[in-house]
Amino acid sequence: MATIADSIKTHTKLEHADQRAVLTGTHFMNGDAAACEGALAAGARFAAGYPITPSTEIVERFASRAPQVGGLFIQMEDELAASITLQGMVWAGQKSFTSTSGPGFSLMMEHIGYAAMTETPCVFFNVQRGGPSTGLPTLPAQGDMMQARFGSHGDYSLIALVPNSPQECFWLAVKAFNLAEQFRVPVMVMMDECVGHMTEKVVIPKAEEIEIFPRRAPSKPPGEFLAYGEIGEDLVPEMASAGEGYKIYVTGMTHDKRGYPLGNAEAQRILVGRQFEKLRRAEAELTLIDEDHMDDADVAVVSYGITSRVAERAIQLARAKGIKVGRMRLQGVWPFPEKRFREVAQRIKAFVAPELNMGQVVLEVERCAGGHCRTIALPHAGGTVHRPLDILAAIEKGAQA
Amino acid sequence: MSTLTEIGVHNPVEDFLRMERIPSIWCPGCGIGTTVNSFVHALIKTHTDMKKLVMVSGIGCSGRVGGYIGTDHFHTTHGRAIPFATGLSLANTELNVVVYSGDGDLVSIGGNHLIHAARRNVNLLVICVNNMIYAMTGGQAAATTPAASMSSTTPYGAFEPDINIPQLVDAAGAVYVARWTAFHVKQLETSMAEALKKKGFRFIEVVTPCPTLYQRRNNMGDGLAAMKDYKDRSKIRNGAGTHEVAMLPGEQIIVGKFVDRERQDYLTLMRSRLGANFQEWVDAPPQVEHEEGEGCGEC
Ligand code: SF4
Repeated sequence: MATIADSIKTHTKLEHADQRAVLTGTHFMNGDAAACEGALAAGARFAAGYPITPSTEIVERFASRAPQVGGLFIQMEDELAASITLQGMVWAGQKSFTSTSGPGFSLMMEHIGYAAMTETPCVFFNVQRGGPSTGLPTLPAQGDMMQARFGSHGDYSLIALVPNSPQECFWLAVKAFNLAEQFRVPVMVMMDECVGHMTEKVVIPKAEEIEIFPRRAPSKPPGEFLAYGEIGEDLVPEMASAGEGYKIYVTGMTHDKRGYPLGNAEAQRILVGRQFEKLRRAEAELTLIDEDHMDDADVAVVSYGITSRVAERAIQLARAKGIKVGRMRLQGVWPFPEKRFREVAQRIKAFVAPELNMGQVVLEVERCAGGHCRTIALPHAGGTVHRPLDILAAIEKGAQA
Repeated sequence: MSTLTEIGVHNPVEDFLRMERIPSIWCPGCGIGTTVNSFVHALIKTHTDMKKLVMVSGIGCSGRVGGYIGTDHFHTTHGRAIPFATGLSLANTELNVVVYSGDGDLVSIGGNHLIHAARRNVNLLVICVNNMIYAMTGGQAAATTPAASMSSTTPYGAFEPDINIPQLVDAAGAVYVARWTAFHVKQLETSMAEALKKKGFRFIEVVTPCPTLYQRRNNMGDGLAAMKDYKDRSKIRNGAGTHEVAMLPGEQIIVGKFVDRERQDYLTLMRSRLGANFQEWVDAPPQVEHEEGEGCGEC
């Protein structure tokens, strides 16, 4: 997972992580700690946050680690502040992130939109807990999946990754920073309380085995460079930072190629259209699904995060009963890998989609199934995980369809 | 802005502006442009490196100032200019970060950030243009609208008192606090120049006319009438206690430099605690005990 797909159509050259910040070795750590180490390996030296269970360990660890590598953590007065302070850090030329959970994530929504509109590469870790409102502060849920995609107002698109183990928290954190730089979008890492708090073996490789996508530097000198105008085939603009003499103008308003506010329908069509299109074009590269036994499957179990580990048990039990069941574990949920789901829907009997919410990602699964196969939702209000036997029953139902 | 040029006189202020964006969006008689003139003269006076100067603003008429200055400019979300600027200032110590925004933005919706930024003492200069109203959205009452004033959302006069901003930021720990009006262009320029040279959290309030949306509803005449009013009503009292400078309708407007003190800024304090420089930390990490909070699980 260290490798970035070869399909990068850009002059940007991949780099390697800086060994001084990479905790190479075999560790026993929880998902929050591993996510923090992933951020450090990816090059993040600055972060802003506000404490909230069950995400706080990410920034607690970062507050201790960052000064050792020339950076810092700042605890802000609330999540409204944290979610934009980190963007100031990014425009100062650094890689930065914040971490939060449900109530804090709600407060961050406006600034996720700001990051999308200004094309600020940054990372938000959301360690999901039961909601709505204060909900279940210490217990798991996956109830913010639609919020991650649609929570800010207006039309935008972003990337959301979903790890299911501390080891994957490390790698998907690295990948989140890389994708943020590659596409200049905010990237959500949608953990859950179980994955954040479970402690497992985490192997961190040497820095030279960790590929880093650096900031897209301006190819033109000040005076010639347009802040939102130097756009390659992949529709992603180059990026200048503050203090480099480019006189950049960055605004959350609809803007032209110079970054200047331009309030009309045509400017809106061009800007929002390009911002959507840049991720749509990269669909193949952003299709991140861990599949198994999908060649002859009658039933596909679609799951992510902690739910995928419970589902794995159900898949084993179903196979022992002779049911042709395959695994589609989502490592990336947004943009939704539509094409792959449409293909699969043509030749299976049913998708079974357990998730720790009342039915969110399953709506996308059902949409892509388009009536070609059944979609069986397994909603759960959160607070604990599914029982494997309930998922098994749904698989059996799907196999009969 | 082009009149001087038209008669063949070069206005040095123009060199510091994005002239392709002039004329500005501001109304005739608005005081915001006057403050910009003082600000640019302060930049000239202090030989400020324009490459490292970064203007950050929120939303509102005054939030557009940064967009006319010829430097890097970040027009952020409503009320959040200060936290964005905090990120810039911490992550690149070479930057000279100035937040230039209005009272509604900085003191009403962004009030919490204002308090904590003053307390935190990150290197930031905040210039608050106080026109006493939410102007861009059509003249609604703000936390700075004087008691009993008419506004579109206080048609019977405001029932809330306005906030004494210098007292607020003084109490929170700002190292430099001044207030001037748009009438005091020279004093404002001097304050801006002093504040540009200082480190830590510095704050300047500039009381400015908004003839279109504040004065009209309150029968206060045009921009010129406001200037005359400022001239008549203001009293310069440098060093005045900030608890004495609340602005009461019809009474004296106390202006001046109220606070100018020394306190280690955030990064200097952090570095003095942690070691001489970042490189040393990279090569020889300090032995920091890693502690994780227990938490009661309710938050
Ligand atoms: S509405 Fe008021 S503050 Fe805004 S530009 Fe006009 S006069 Fe100035």
